[in-house]
Amino acid sequence: MAEKTFIEKMQKIDRRIIFLLIALAVIIPMMLNLVFVVRPSPIVESIFEKIESMPSGSKVLLSFDYGPSTVPENQPMADCLTRHLMIKGHKIYIMALWPTGDPQAKVTIDSVILKEFPTARYGTDYIQLGFKAGNQGLINAIFTDLKGMYTTDVNGTDINQFPMMKDVNKLPDFDLILAVCSGKPGIMEWIQFAADRGNIPFAAGVTAVEAPQDYPYYPAQLLGLMGGLQGAAELEAAVVRAYPQYKDTGLTAVKLMGPQTVAHLVIIFFVVVGNVAFFVQRRRDKLARMR
Amino acid sequence: MHFFDFLSLWIGALLTLMIFSFLYKDNPFYKFAEHLFVGVSAGYWMVVAVWTTLVPNMLGYLFPNVLGWFAVNAKEAELVIANMYVIPWYTRWLRVIPLILGLMMLTRLLPKGAWLSRWPMAFIIGFAAGTNLTRYLQSNFIAQIRATLIPLIVTHNGHFALGGTITNLVVVLGVLSALVYFFFSKEHKGWFGGTARAGIWVLMIAFGAAFGYTVMARVSLLIGRIGYLGDWLGSMF
Repeated sequence: MAEKTFIEKMQKIDRRIIFLLIALAVIIPMMLNLVFVVRPSPIVESIFEKIESMPSGSKVLLSFDYGPSTVPENQPMADCLTRHLMIKGHKIYIMALWPTGDPQAKVTIDSVILKEFPTARYGTDYIQLGFKAGNQGLINAIFTDLKGMYTTDVNGTDINQFPMMKDVNKLPDFDLILAVCSGKPGIMEWIQFAADRGNIPFAAGVTAVEAPQDYPYYPAQLLGLMGGLQGAAELEAAVVRAYPQYKDTGLTAVKLMGPQTVAHLVIIFFVVVGNVAFFVQRRRDKLARMR
Repeated sequence: MHFFDFLSLWIGALLTLMIFSFLYKDNPFYKFAEHLFVGVSAGYWMVVAVWTTLVPNMLGYLFPNVLGWFAVNAKEAELVIANMYVIPWYTRWLRVIPLILGLMMLTRLLPKGAWLSRWPMAFIIGFAAGTNLTRYLQSNFIAQIRATLIPLIVTHNGHFALGGTITNLVVVLGVLSALVYFFFSKEHKGWFGGTARAGIWVLMIAFGAAFGYTVMARVSLLIGRIGYLGDWLGSMF
């Protein structure tokens, strides 16, 4: 009789208890700095390999297509990509399809480029082009005439004054396009209106919610994909494996995967418990009816 | 810490706690935070639309000197105005057409003139369909079909590759069985029904993966918020 009560209880756990346990599953590992080993998967490793294999000084467009609401997932991706590009000496052209992407780009510039690469020169090694309205219309326009849309950088300086803008007139002039996205416009628009159209190498980092619908583009239309915090952690692991000197600053997502993993274990536990209780109860009801 | 950083940290933390309070039960603090968020978001996006679309893409073309008022500095003002005057006036004034279409859209608010809004709506739908159709066909239809036409037996350096073969088999059989499930012109019986049932399994696995990723996304956001609250608590000690 007592066991039956337990099974019934398991099927009707107060949702607030689950919320509390999930909160504890996140807070305790954060307090304990619990870190698990993260290994890059092939789909993320290919982004690392592409950046690694390009000759120094390659032109890379980095688009910030997200806002503050997805910072925990997207910011580590953007920071890690920027760090790797700077390590390899590539030229970074920063833009945004989202108006909220511009301030996030500023965060990356301040926390990665200015702090970790103080010798990098604005206009020579990196430039912030800023946000322009138009979504896929903007991609369509800059595909043939980038300087027609971006007459100035984000600070209002004439675009032609920057040395790194000398040979850049259209999207196919870039050696690689990277986008950190969390919705529309985002990865699909970049694939449709830039990568496929111009056969330009393209990789992206997206929120976990969006990731499953983007996997079909890999590897034919997308050379690599970071899905959610795990994707960001995998890229960080690949970069730190090759450049251990960035171990202190370059493992933001890897550190957050500790609480993430524990929270997942708690959720899996409840899914299993709920299902076991459901099937046991169903079997008991069936047996009771047979009697 | 600067005063405004301190203030924003406190506002952010208190609003986060107000939103989290809903997990216990609905309450006035949650309602306040929710309504504040909706109001601020609506205001923010309206301001963004005015400054990033209406001013540079319409007002600036019709009256270039207007751009000078909003420039970051005098040098930029001079540059953007000069760039605008390079464009012939009759090209710039073509922007009157979208202005008129935009005003026609607002006629939805008039009981008798609402029909006028159908014209700009038709223009928007036509433009969107025209621009997106070819790209969707190319990237989401043809390219996706091409990506499924892959060898069922994979070799690497002349040797049989088991991993690659299994991957390709899963892709091809998964796509075919899922497609069969959505084919309703033939009754799902016999081998056809069996394939359709396999298609259901493929779809269920895909939905499961999507659910798992959604959980990861939500937990990531929770981690972000708890980290923020940690910074807030840390600022007090």
